Amino acid sequence: MVNAIEVSDISKQFVLRHTRSIKEAVVWLAKGRKGDLSEKFHALKNVSVEVKTGETVALLGLNGSGKSTLLKHISGVMLPDSGTVRTRGRVAGLIEVGAGFHPDLSGRDNVFLNGAILGMTEQQVNDRFDDIVEFSEIGQFIDTEVKFYSSGMYLRLAFSVAVHTDPEVFLIDEILAVGDEPFQRKCISKIQELAQNGKTLVVVSHDLDLVSRICARGILLEHGVVKFDGSIHDAVALLRS
Amino acid sequence: MSATTPGELTTPGLGGGLRDLRQSGFLLKLLVRKELKVRYRGSVLGLLWSYVKPGVQFIVFYVALGVFLGLERSPRNPEGLSNYAVYLFSGIVLINFFSEALGNAARSIVNNGNLIKKIYLPRELFPVASVWVSGVHFFPQLVVLVAGCLIAGWHPDVFQLLAAVAGFVIVGLLATGLGLLFGAANVYFRDSENLVDMLLMVATWASPVMYAWTMVQEKLGAAAFAVYQANPVTIGVELFHYAFWFPTTDGSAAVPPNLFSLWTPVGLGVALLVLVLGQLTFRRLEGRFAQEL
Ligand SMILES: Nc1ncnc2c1ncn2[C@@H]1O[C@H](COP(=O)(O)OP(=O)(O)O)[C@@H](O)[C@H]1O
Ligand SMILES: [Mg+2]
Repeated sequence: MVNAIEVSDISKQFVLRHTRSIKEAVVWLAKGRKGDLSEKFHALKNVSVEVKTGETVALLGLNGSGKSTLLKHISGVMLPDSGTVRTRGRVAGLIEVGAGFHPDLSGRDNVFLNGAILGMTEQQVNDRFDDIVEFSEIGQFIDTEVKFYSSGMYLRLAFSVAVHTDPEVFLIDEILAVGDEPFQRKCISKIQELAQNGKTLVVVSHDLDLVSRICARGILLEHGVVKFDGSIHDAVALLRS
Repeated sequence: MSATTPGELTTPGLGGGLRDLRQSGFLLKLLVRKELKVRYRGSVLGLLWSYVKPGVQFIVFYVALGVFLGLERSPRNPEGLSNYAVYLFSGIVLINFFSEALGNAARSIVNNGNLIKKIYLPRELFPVASVWVSGVHFFPQLVVLVAGCLIAGWHPDVFQLLAAVAGFVIVGLLATGLGLLFGAANVYFRDSENLVDMLLMVATWASPVMYAWTMVQEKLGAAAFAVYQANPVTIGVELFHYAFWFPTTDGSAAVPPNLFSLWTPVGLGVALLVLVLGQLTFRRLEGRFAQEL
């Protein structure tokens, strides 16, 4: 099996305090650079991860341990300070459902816009449009402006667009708590179906039972460092202890 | 997102700059359409308003400046410009386009921050879409301008129409370049928007919109006038005057020397240079957009 994702020894530092204006920066310079404007901390430190094509991996860890940051590096949203990230095939980040939805546009317009944002061509959106609407169970409300949707409807449509983008690698960040119980089950079985079809999955979720069902492998992050990398059951057991 | 074959490993997040937009034509189209839809949403008159507003502006200029202030050429004011309203308006529509394009492009990255920090896509899309939208908004003003010109007896030749296209292209390229530059800078320093506002105010007065270029030439020496002339916005405005205003006059007005042989290529060159610099700066800074937004 070839690697779908190769993360080699990446580190990422963030500044704690952001200067947000020219004025502040000038004042700081004028005062003889007193105080550090750029105090930094490691959000990721020497992280190396290789994921094979078709693997299902859960990223586990407490809040702030760097899970989202790692996914953003895999999707290309962020670039590492050092180390390299390489991916094979199209990567789709379901980093947040509905990023890019516009409340004043109809559901239909949003399907097209969001599909294009997630990398679909015009042809692909046209071909999959009916499937997207059917999966979302939005029905006749597809031509209603999204701002009149309930939050459940909104999430259903957004999730539906995302799963229909059909990338090789799926990054899923805490979005499995979508919608009501029945729809959630539908999403999960859709994700399991993707896994069975050989898609590579990297999942972040606080629902440990859920990730145990979806993923085979677990990676435990702690303060930006990989603490454990092995079978999902051992990873979950370690996190619970 | 790049359409790579599953066969190779690639580094995500390294875009090819403006070149990537060729693959993102569909998304660019949708982003522009979104802006237009949101702007005219809920108002059937929306599109009509965009014709009425410049129309009223034109009439106000004509009456207040041409008639009351007496800037219009008349027996009592032989120094005035004939068809002053057309003169003024042809410059103003181009400045309006420049202001809206640059202003919106400079804000576009921060305004789309929510998307940019979650999903990777060619970020040049946002400034370019802003300029494009401004181009669409420019159209109704152009219609009003042409109507005004026709009333004033406009009879342009092909060369004059080409001059208008050249002026529009020069200003559009400049706005894109500056939009990339300030759009990126705005992520790091949110008050760089103030710089843009200042720049736009200066741009209106640093070009012969309200006055004639001859007045500048009289006051400035040859060297300073050359600097004044090298501004792509100035060249764009002069090209618009040549295309829209000049054909409505008796043809006795002076066209700036070497406007076509020298200044038009210079304007295009400066605009392209700014575009390249804007793109280079943008690419240097975009790697950290997601974390700074
Ligand atoms: N853009 C940013 N600028 C500064 N600090 C950030 C930024 N993004 C995340 N962080 C910090 O980095 C750490 C890791 O964040 P994150 O990856 O979101 O954690 P997780 O997803 O595991 O909860 C946190 O302490 C968070 O506050
Ligand atoms: Mg997170």
